Amino acid sequence: MKKLSIFEVAWKSLLRKKTRSLLTILGIAMAAWVMVSLFGFNRGYEASLNKDIDNLGFQMLVVAKGCPYEAATLMLKGGTGLKYMKEDIAASIAAEPEVEGVTPMLMQVVFDPNKGESGGLAAYLGVDPATFPRMKQALPFKAGGWFTEPEAAEAVFGYEAAELEQREVGDLYLIPEKEVEIKVVGVLERTGTQDDGTIFLPLKTVQRIFGITELTSIGVKVQHDADMKAIEDKLYQLPDVQVVSLSQVKTTIMTLVSTARVMVLSIALIAILIAMMGVINTVLMSVMERRQEIGILKSMGAMAGDVFKLVWLETIILCLSGGLIGTGLAILTARLTEVLVRGFLPFSPSGGLVAINTGLILMTLGVVTVIGLASGIYPSWKAARMRPLDTIRSEVES
Amino acid sequence: MSAPAAPAIAAERLRRVYRRGSEEIAAVDDISLEIGRGSFTSIVGPSGSGKTTLVNVLGCLDNPTSGKLTLGGRVVFENCKGLSESKLTLIRRDAFGYIFQKFFLVPTLTVLENVILPFTFFKKPGADEDVGRLLKTLGLDKRAGHLPGQLSGGEMQRVAIARALVNKPAILLADEPTGNLDTARSEEIGRILQELNAREALTVVLVTHNPRLAALAERTIELRDGKVHSA
Repeated sequence: MKKLSIFEVAWKSLLRKKTRSLLTILGIAMAAWVMVSLFGFNRGYEASLNKDIDNLGFQMLVVAKGCPYEAATLMLKGGTGLKYMKEDIAASIAAEPEVEGVTPMLMQVVFDPNKGESGGLAAYLGVDPATFPRMKQALPFKAGGWFTEPEAAEAVFGYEAAELEQREVGDLYLIPEKEVEIKVVGVLERTGTQDDGTIFLPLKTVQRIFGITELTSIGVKVQHDADMKAIEDKLYQLPDVQVVSLSQVKTTIMTLVSTARVMVLSIALIAILIAMMGVINTVLMSVMERRQEIGILKSMGAMAGDVFKLVWLETIILCLSGGLIGTGLAILTARLTEVLVRGFLPFSPSGGLVAINTGLILMTLGVVTVIGLASGIYPSWKAARMRPLDTIRSEVES
Repeated sequence: MSAPAAPAIAAERLRRVYRRGSEEIAAVDDISLEIGRGSFTSIVGPSGSGKTTLVNVLGCLDNPTSGKLTLGGRVVFENCKGLSESKLTLIRRDAFGYIFQKFFLVPTLTVLENVILPFTFFKKPGADEDVGRLLKTLGLDKRAGHLPGQLSGGEMQRVAIARALVNKPAILLADEPTGNLDTARSEEIGRILQELNAREALTVVLVTHNPRLAALAERTIELRDGKVHSA
């Protein structure tokens, strides 16, 4: 004759109030979902940010003096240069012994009436053909290559820019407003960075087309063993410039993000506490409703420890089921979470923002199990202390 | 000549007193009785006469306030302070099976699962060998896979009886087992208790208001105001 395991008894006890059990499981699932997504976001965001910074090819960016946050965003996002600096600053920086190389850049933006339904902005980054390709050796080409002449009317399109403008190597492209035609000489592979949406032109060509002789930024590559802080201090001696180092960028962005992270962490904590209260409430209600049955179990030989184990197991089943469902939801909706999070953040790197791995899943399941163990203590203790006489007395009193 | 077998239950000057404020109420007042092994005893009396309190104390669901209680010759209480709940459980699971007015079946377990539920916590050696026979004796063999919700009241009480007997207790305590059943089902349960007593030599102690059911027992103890009025 088979014996019912205590797990089967616990499981079937939960089945008697299916809706209530399901709602409790969903409460835990929500908390687990938030937790996995949050920690997955932490990991993914930092990894993507590091990748973006690595792909920049230089460790410092010198921009015209202005808001450092704006500069940080500009550096990674490639926005319009709101302020300009003299071209000879590049030479001054290059003269520093710790500097391995510099690459001057000029960003310009025009309104393109043919972009989208009601027009949009088209951005052009003027780069120096002699230095920029050397610093950005990681950029892979899908077709063609870099322009070589300093004043050539040629362009290299990022992967997405080429898709959007439907241009291939050899095609001509007209710069709106300026009515200047340039030839596409290269199309980049998808990199997952801001370079995908950029149109690169020779620096001199951009300066000529837009009638500007200044720069918006200068990328600085320093010697491998150089003291970043010392160079930064030295570059600050130059007039009217702002120095943004990569570690500074990362710290600035992570500081901005951490504010949002603390808020989300608080929400996750509240969600976990609410779920925990829900579990305690459900199991306690179930224990009170089944007090006569618990009395019968004790009259038929169940010791206090057996009853404690049974109720505790019910709590753990609820929490683990919720944990598994929540983790599954987090994996399935990682993409959606990413889209939502991007909308809230001041800056988002271009790679995946939510990275969920086995370690994170196991950690979450561990946390919900601990929640289950903690939430189950009181109801289990209460059930274990019940005396059969007290629980069934009302039914048998005469 | 061998000594006569000790009675299944022997009570000597058993008292169970409850306090209500400053007032003391003796629900069981100085009761002495013996219930023989393999006997069928009914306990009757008006409401508040102490039937349930007596059966709770005899069945180790409750501690007496004073007196002596012996089960099969083994002294369980003797003017001592009450036993702990775990000690009571150990005595109970060894000696007693209980059925009550309500059936207390687990609605999500089948008939068979309800019957073998006690094995999850405690199983006497060899107890599981007779489950099939027990179900057949109680006419439940064809209902083994059904859920309690699919059974009649009489069938549910039979499941409760099977569950009480699955660990082969020496004594079956039945407290108003037919209180929720109609006359026909009540008589059916009475007959089953009678048969179990006769065929299995099971000691049966039955608390009832029902005179027809009480009459099935070979001995009736009548209580009034916590005392034995007639035995």
